Amino acid sequence: MTYLADVAALTRKDLRVELRGRDTLPAMLLFVLSTLVVFHFAIPDDAGESAAYGLLWVAIVFTALLGLARAWVPEQEHGVLDGLVLAPCDRSAIWLGKTLATLAFLLAAQAVALPVFVLFFEPLDATALAGVLLADIGICAVGSLMSAMAAAARAREVLLPLLVLPLAIPLVVGGVGAAVSADGERFLLFLLLYDAVFAVLSWASFEYVVTE
Amino acid sequence: MGLALVLALIVAPEDADQGISQRIFYIHVPIALTAYFCFGLGAVKALLLLWRGDERYDLESYVAIHQGTIFGALTLITGAIWAKASWGVWWTWSSNQLVLFLVLFLFYCAYFMLRYSLEDGPRRARSSAVYALFGVALIPVSFLAIRLAEDFIHPTVFTRDGPQMSGTMFATFVVSWGAVTLLAYVLYRVELAGKRLDADLRELREALQ
Repeated sequence: MTYLADVAALTRKDLRVELRGRDTLPAMLLFVLSTLVVFHFAIPDDAGESAAYGLLWVAIVFTALLGLARAWVPEQEHGVLDGLVLAPCDRSAIWLGKTLATLAFLLAAQAVALPVFVLFFEPLDATALAGVLLADIGICAVGSLMSAMAAAARAREVLLPLLVLPLAIPLVVGGVGAAVSADGERFLLFLLLYDAVFAVLSWASFEYVVTE
Repeated sequence: MGLALVLALIVAPEDADQGISQRIFYIHVPIALTAYFCFGLGAVKALLLLWRGDERYDLESYVAIHQGTIFGALTLITGAIWAKASWGVWWTWSSNQLVLFLVLFLFYCAYFMLRYSLEDGPRRARSSAVYALFGVALIPVSFLAIRLAEDFIHPTVFTRDGPQMSGTMFATFVVSWGAVTLLAYVLYRVELAGKRLDADLRELREALQ
């Protein structure tokens, strides 16, 4: 129970920091909306409806990257991470707290972006939405670990997309498949498998990444 | 290695469908298998590093992945040549193995970016090790993803099941595989020795100063 309480406290801390500073969420929102407008000019009229779904996934991945790049910045600026690592809680709780907070930002950005996508481009059915949710979980789980890794590096803004994009390719496959394939459940199952494998891996390995 | 080349180029019978171009199979496939093996070895060493905390595994893991990336690049090149020879294009998205190698190649290039932008020390060793472990998890997941992606990218699956391998062909294949593995092992030892010498030298220089 204390583990869950720690996670909840850490998530709450991130949400409160965001509520007071408003550094990440407005940027993500504006980014995803501008991207959708750019898409209108980027897709030729005769490209067919599937192209729009593909581009939606490009927008989602890059919006998530934008949020992830900011994920550990408050900790980095004020040396909070050292304090958290020293705190008497399981280190993986730090990862889980950050994953949940990033997921909350991403979902909030999508709560605006997906209706706008439907308005501008194509409708989304329940399978496609489930695909978005599952892929969000995966990219936040993997991304918050990669972001913590990149935070210690030189040129971390450049490094993070390089680390995450190859890992995000299966998520894009799953997400696009859930949206366009007639047999969408298969892709949801695949996304579930991805989430399980990489969440466990990230959860188990976070401790090694943040300790000196 | 020489024996393998002779066998592959002269002794093995020509494929009825693909002719001479099929001979690159004896180089391409062993290189690809060796690359997988190197990535796997790198991940095993990475796991040992996290488990035991012994510094030497860091270098071994790095060298194995370095070899794997070189062999991965060679796989892409030989694969492109084979694609050009048998399908008339340098690149095709319908070959799952090639696409997988492209994803892996990108992933392991990011591994080197990560490694070179972190400060030398135990934290770099552990971060690299974690990333290497993600790599071996990514191999089957990506393979599955690429299989699934065919569903909406290419409705018809491109099958290239040639005739079953004859005895000489199989023997040639095994000899080539052995030769490439041996080559990889020698390169691995040489690079490891070089890197160790480098580290020792640096330590000595620091001690002298």
